[in-house]
Amino acid sequence: MTTTSREVEQAPKRAQASQARLLSRVSRVRELGLLIVLLLLILVVGIQVPRFLSIDNFEQILLSIAILAIVGVGETLVLLTRQVDLSVGSIVGLTAFVTAYFFKELPGINLVVGILLGCGLGLALGMVNGLLISLGRVPAIVATLGTLYVYRGLVFVFASNTTLQVNASDVPASYLALATTQILGIPTLIIIALVIAVIVGYFLRASRTGRQLYAVGSNPEAAAIIGLRANRLTFGAFAASGLLCGLAGVLWGARFATVDATAATGLELQVIAAVVVGGVNIFGGSGTILGACLGAIVLGTLQNALNILNVSQFWLQAIDGAAIIAAVILDAFITRWLQRSLLVRRKRA
Amino acid sequence: MQRAEPIIELSGIAKHFGSVQALQGIDFRLFPGEVHALAGENGAGKSTLVKILAGIYRPDAGMVKVGGEVVELRSPTQAQALGIAVVHQEPMLFPDLDVAENVFMGRHPRDRFGRVDWKRMYREVDQLLTSLDVPLSSHTPVQGLSVAEQQLVEIAKALSLDARVLVLDEPTAALSAHEVDELFAIVRQLRERGVAILFVSHRLEEIFEIADRLTIFRDGTHIITAPVGEMTTEAIIRHMVGRELSNLFPKSEARIGDVVLEVRHLSRPGSFTDVSFQLRQGEILGFAGLVGAGRTEVARVLFGLDRAESGEIWLKGKQVRIRSPRDAMRSGLAYVPEDRHQHGLVMDFSIAANVTLPILKQVSRLGLIDPRLERKIAGDYSSQLHVRSSGIEQLVNALSGGNQQKVVLSKWLATNPSVLILDEPTRGIDVGAKAEVHRIISDLAVEGLAIILISSELPEVLAMADRVIVLHEGRVSGTFARSEATQERVMFAATGQERG
Amino acid sequence: MKRVRSLLFSWEALLVILLATCCVLGSVLSPYFLTGFNFYALTSNIMEIAIMALPMTLIIIVGEIDLSVASVLGLASVVLGLIWQTGHPLWLAIGVALLVGVLAGALNGMLVTRLGLPSLVVTIGSLALFRGLAYVVLGDQAVSNFPAAFTNLGFGTIPGSEIPWSGLIFAILALIFAVVLHFSSLGRQFYAMGNNKEAARFTGINVQRTKLILFIVSGLLAALAGIIFTARVSSARPDNALGFELDVVTVVLLGGINIFGGSGSLLGVVLAIFIVAAIQNILSLLNISGDIQSLAIGLLLILSVLGPNIARRIQVAIARRRLAAGSSRQV
Repeated sequence: MTTTSREVEQAPKRAQASQARLLSRVSRVRELGLLIVLLLLILVVGIQVPRFLSIDNFEQILLSIAILAIVGVGETLVLLTRQVDLSVGSIVGLTAFVTAYFFKELPGINLVVGILLGCGLGLALGMVNGLLISLGRVPAIVATLGTLYVYRGLVFVFASNTTLQVNASDVPASYLALATTQILGIPTLIIIALVIAVIVGYFLRASRTGRQLYAVGSNPEAAAIIGLRANRLTFGAFAASGLLCGLAGVLWGARFATVDATAATGLELQVIAAVVVGGVNIFGGSGTILGACLGAIVLGTLQNALNILNVSQFWLQAIDGAAIIAAVILDAFITRWLQRSLLVRRKRA
Repeated sequence: MQRAEPIIELSGIAKHFGSVQALQGIDFRLFPGEVHALAGENGAGKSTLVKILAGIYRPDAGMVKVGGEVVELRSPTQAQALGIAVVHQEPMLFPDLDVAENVFMGRHPRDRFGRVDWKRMYREVDQLLTSLDVPLSSHTPVQGLSVAEQQLVEIAKALSLDARVLVLDEPTAALSAHEVDELFAIVRQLRERGVAILFVSHRLEEIFEIADRLTIFRDGTHIITAPVGEMTTEAIIRHMVGRELSNLFPKSEARIGDVVLEVRHLSRPGSFTDVSFQLRQGEILGFAGLVGAGRTEVARVLFGLDRAESGEIWLKGKQVRIRSPRDAMRSGLAYVPEDRHQHGLVMDFSIAANVTLPILKQVSRLGLIDPRLERKIAGDYSSQLHVRSSGIEQLVNALSGGNQQKVVLSKWLATNPSVLILDEPTRGIDVGAKAEVHRIISDLAVEGLAIILISSELPEVLAMADRVIVLHEGRVSGTFARSEATQERVMFAATGQERG
Repeated sequence: MKRVRSLLFSWEALLVILLATCCVLGSVLSPYFLTGFNFYALTSNIMEIAIMALPMTLIIIVGEIDLSVASVLGLASVVLGLIWQTGHPLWLAIGVALLVGVLAGALNGMLVTRLGLPSLVVTIGSLALFRGLAYVVLGDQAVSNFPAAFTNLGFGTIPGSEIPWSGLIFAILALIFAVVLHFSSLGRQFYAMGNNKEAARFTGINVQRTKLILFIVSGLLAALAGIIFTARVSSARPDNALGFELDVVTVVLLGGINIFGGSGSLLGVVLAIFIVAAIQNILSLLNISGDIQSLAIGLLLILSVLGPNIARRIQVAIARRRLAAGSSRQV
């Protein structure tokens, strides 16, 4: 190889480096797109109804999706490893009910103990999922479909043996306060969700284990060849999802005050919708917490916008569904466009 | 060259898969600071040896010594820990992550707080890539990389492990000449550093360019090891193929009739260019060449699995447009694919179900499958081709490789084709079954079938084919009539050499 | 496809035993179990799920999934109600409802085959979309003034027996699907596609077109189920059959269909339908509420996969120990 050809390569390499850095922000393109959609939405609606642009309203939006976002963070962890957790709604419902009942029966108990109870229960339920899937080799769809039924059934069993409904008046004010208090003017719920998102997002970015989750989902065979423990990582993801659902359940009880055995039914589909819109790949390997949260915010904003515009409530779900489909189509096209443009870049070089 | 201690020493290594003995009695030594080439035809056992060194396969017999100590390579992780880095033929990367993470997955550098040190990782990988003169940035997402670039990433990964041994399995198969130069520069650097490099290839000019010593395998045994300077091209080829052409392949004389298939200037960029040939009734046309030469790609285009960018296909005097396997079948083409597990058979189906899959209409009445018809047709072909089984209801995954291949043949013969394309029809089956398959092919030609025989086994091609077309890197590099085709001539054309 | 796996044979046998056990249990627990009326109660309200389980079986066998079925049911139901309510003849309403099912299925099918999108996510999206459209069509209203002849078709029985009309419809459809799946060339293609998509393609099977047709059939039958559901509950509401999709998938998986495609029999699914119906029935007789019944179904689903897995692991472990003992003897 001659010296001249080496020199000739330096300049394009530098250009390629920055181009690569730009392209590596591909996932950021996705989140950027979401942000743009969000801003467009806010603009379009805000022009028509100025009330939409108020801080109060934004707070409303964030409040409405805070709990969903927490569950979404857990679901993201699971999806990254190329699995899926359909039981999240039932875990949230079960932990919400048990926690609320717990506070009702033991009014003098410390708030923290109650919170730990809910989280602990969620963690246990998540670990059961993890065991079924990693040890029992039950496909995630089947396992979590089954636990969706079993856990929901447990709520009803619990409810029928104790009380059908826990009302706001049954539980200590300190518990309900979780959902209503504010810290520095920002509702506690939103702060909790934010903290969770930041912590888990940071974990995914800054820890070896977090990065290994991506590897397992991106190419399980390659992960096995370099010795990554897929079983442990999968178990961990489901356990974490359960824990976060537990926390979400505790908060659910606080926010919705009246809790019965049907709490959080159907939550799983809402959560998956939010994270898919947020760019988390259903086949694993890519997606960020930021994206998942943005997805939840976009859908929440959409809902809020429809309410404010006095669009019939009934369009809500249809638009949600259309958003999911649009997101998946968009992702497919982005991937194809990317591969084609990178191919062109290579041919030119 | 000083005689240091070998870093890798193998004695008496043997490995079999089912009834096929992939390696037998292999003694081998690899020294630090040398580039050692391993050559041989397809099926000679090279990849098996590589996988053993990588910790993916375990030898049935023999001893492995790494750095002077006897070890049992039980897993890829262990092999890595012992300082053996392997770059496989197919890159195994994480498409959703960037180059840097692919290099460091599982061992990301950490800062003093235990957090992943991204800056350092990108810096180190960039340094690594620069030192290797690889024109890639550590930030590049792997998803967009070409196979060649992915291979470079694999090499960078291997090097970042500070390996003592680097095994490259056919690394240049997907590289352009320029990329090969870059690779060789890296290899020379490593040699300076004292790394032992095992370079598996059958590209002779590369072996001459980069290797110090050369080992040749044939049929799973060690043939010769010698300094490259002491070998000539003719000698190497002779060692690679030199076996007696015995009566293993009985071919009967078939009457060769009219042209039934004509291919004119067929091109598919990236796969093959300007391929033209004619095929006659009763003729067996051999397609020889190295892996990656483009033969399967041509077959895929003929069968409608891929599209050609330009060129024409003429069947029985009429130009045809083949856009799908269905089109191809309707035009009388049949394709027995290379990989019978992935493409040839539905492993969980019975023999009968597999044989009738392409001709379901023929075994059905009013849309319903007539089990008697199915049994009859499957049974006929099964006995005609001597498929050894416990019955046509037996699942094909319980059959031996040879019998499985016969089922694939049956299935395509049942479509009554006029052109039969066979892609490596005797790969992975034992000698006895091979002979049977060859007899079948020969009989088919006598019956008037026009056959394209794609094979990397020279003796097979030479014994069966009436004419041989050799492909080299996507182009036709030689055409030989049966009388003028010799192993050396074909091998020369296959490796791109110019010879009379 | 006859007995593709020997394990499969024993799965149906297992289901038969399970069903028999349920029947014995039921008759022991309650004198009313074996009555005709109870048979009616047992089957009538699972028929919609049963009907939707038929195309779902095929879709899962070819390696896809359709989670939007219950939403298509709901959409078809409200379309039926709307058209009826606005004064058009019933047959027109039924026809349009069926058409809606076809269109919905076509949308799913196009997204999966032409655009190559994963069916799990696509049908999660269309689940929401179709259910949402159902709400748009009828809002929070309900249409309930259907003629008696119509509603009778939904909850009535064949005169002289306790078999619901819907049961007859299901039986006919099940027979057709069974014949197609197990005896026709098309059915053979389904198994091939689910087992090895590439090999199927290599034999000239048009995978894309076949999957598209399956999704359309799924939509059509979901609409049919919607018509029956509406007749049975005498009400067209947007939230009809909310959540039923999971019951449909459960019944199919319980029936031995592999979630990854390529194997399973319709007989198994039919048995699973009756097992689930029987269990629900028994639990009802024991005064256990419907929501808690789901617990039993969920457990059954998990065990249906976990059980064979554990059995297989034990088998392999035993074989490995035997091998090690044997080889150690050689050394």
